[in-house]
Amino acid sequence: MQAKGTVFKYGDNVDTDVIIPARYLAIADKKELAEHCMEDIDKDFVKNVKPGDIMVANKNFGCGSSREHAPMVIKESGISCVIAETFARIFYRNAINIGLPIIECVEAAREIEAGDVVEVDFDSGIIYDRTKGTQYQGQAFPEFMQKIIKAEGLINYINER
Amino acid sequence: MGMTMTQKILAQAAGLEKVEAGQLIEANLDLVLGNDITTPVAIREMDKMTVKTVFDKDKIALVMDHFIPNKDIKSAENCKCVREFACKHDVTNYFDVGKMGIEHALLPEQGLTVAGDVIIGADSHTCTYGALGAFSTGVGSTDMAAGMATGKAWFKVPSAIKFNIVGKPSKWVSGKDVILHIIGMIGVDGALYKSMEFVGEGIQYLTMDDRFTIANMAIEAGGKNGIFPVDDLAIQYMKEHSKKEYKIFEADEDAVYDEEYTIDLSTLKSTVAFPHLPENTKTVDEITEDVVIDQVVIGSCTNGRMDDLRAAAEILKGRQCKKGLRVIIIPGTQNIYLQALEEGLIKTFIEAGAVVSTPTCGPCLGGYMGILAAGERCVSTTNRNFVGRMGHVDSEVYLASPAVAAASAITGKISAPAELGL
Repeated sequence: MQAKGTVFKYGDNVDTDVIIPARYLAIADKKELAEHCMEDIDKDFVKNVKPGDIMVANKNFGCGSSREHAPMVIKESGISCVIAETFARIFYRNAINIGLPIIECVEAAREIEAGDVVEVDFDSGIIYDRTKGTQYQGQAFPEFMQKIIKAEGLINYINER
Repeated sequence: MGMTMTQKILAQAAGLEKVEAGQLIEANLDLVLGNDITTPVAIREMDKMTVKTVFDKDKIALVMDHFIPNKDIKSAENCKCVREFACKHDVTNYFDVGKMGIEHALLPEQGLTVAGDVIIGADSHTCTYGALGAFSTGVGSTDMAAGMATGKAWFKVPSAIKFNIVGKPSKWVSGKDVILHIIGMIGVDGALYKSMEFVGEGIQYLTMDDRFTIANMAIEAGGKNGIFPVDDLAIQYMKEHSKKEYKIFEADEDAVYDEEYTIDLSTLKSTVAFPHLPENTKTVDEITEDVVIDQVVIGSCTNGRMDDLRAAAEILKGRQCKKGLRVIIIPGTQNIYLQALEEGLIKTFIEAGAVVSTPTCGPCLGGYMGILAAGERCVSTTNRNFVGRMGHVDSEVYLASPAVAAASAITGKISAPAELGL
């Protein structure tokens, strides 16, 4: 499983309120909801994002509310992988449970810049920055989580059991 | 190597003699919680499952609290979806308009959360019930769906940070000041993936409401849960509110902690978190310039309980809110509202020029009932001050205790009760 795309870069503590503001949480339709992804910190994100693109941020990505709408709108907007130094724990769980690939890697998160073309190999956990010609070893998932990811989410995993 | 309090609860719920930090376990759940924002998403996930029934209709709590009474058609559709689900599955603990409250104020009051329980909730502040010695943690809607269907959830056993609480706090220092002080000290990811275990002789000076506030904001330090030992006060609370059996777990003497801190309550001062992170804390005497405000909110799952309303009323009684300031007070549950009415607090608030709302999460998350315009500032007893949290992206939220919020309501700028001679 691989991802390849252009990077959108953010800083520390990107919270779920900026990923998807609560004023839109009553919207049930995923596509309509995703039109507001990141708008409070990057109003051009939705306009510029293309399917396959990659989001990179620093520490504690996804902190705050437990809203699953946050990883949902990131996935819906076309992002193929989120790379961060660390993720807030509920976001981490939610991303795995809904099948949004995420990967923790301190060096990659610090060095990769907006606009770089980045490729991620999920099996090996290796992150390649094709623009800079660098590569990084990301944190591999424990086997149990890999099973959930392979099943494309917790619900399928439970159904298959 | 011994186990922490959290590890002992998780070991029991997983049917294991022993667990250690980092271990992946599957635990039996005593309660699965959702609200009007997260439950509709969980219901749609549950529809995809081969299991079509809930695991135990008595162990699910569905609380309509974020956007109710409904603020618009979409929120009404969401509540309708949950209401129909509750009816179809005969969910015992379904709380709607008239019987509702803000979930984390409501569930302990209704006796649904007791010591030793393992609780997941599709709301990040589910960690509140650690005040009673339960393991409780926030999850997303998919986890909630899986929990409702199977009665189980997977967890990575957390390591812990120990907070040794000593000393006695001064008059206006409350649980909110304690937790803001801690978040200021360790940062918004200072307890990432970990449990925050509060121990020490100083706990005797913290009321149950103080402890609920402290455990409630463990998530604001990135914590998986916050937990208190079960003392006589906690036992008394559970006996008054619950018929459920509780089970007391204590940390082993040789339990291992990643870090240990001592918090001396006698040295703490009223503390305020400046925009846009709960870690941006200052004590009120460190605030050198006037921070003029437009709104005050007293309420939420963090500070909408009786202690909070009593503290606010003590300050507002016989005084007038600053002209031009909007002061919004939101009792956490219907019972709290009624108790406040009986004690004359509601009269005090209204006479001071505040408005009193039916219980709702409303303004805390920028839903409704107190949204800020561009450039406006609010002193709020809620839990988050992120960009755009209470309204416009250019508005600002300052997190504080009910005492500081009430004093600020009088002066029109961030103030300690001392400024009023209190």
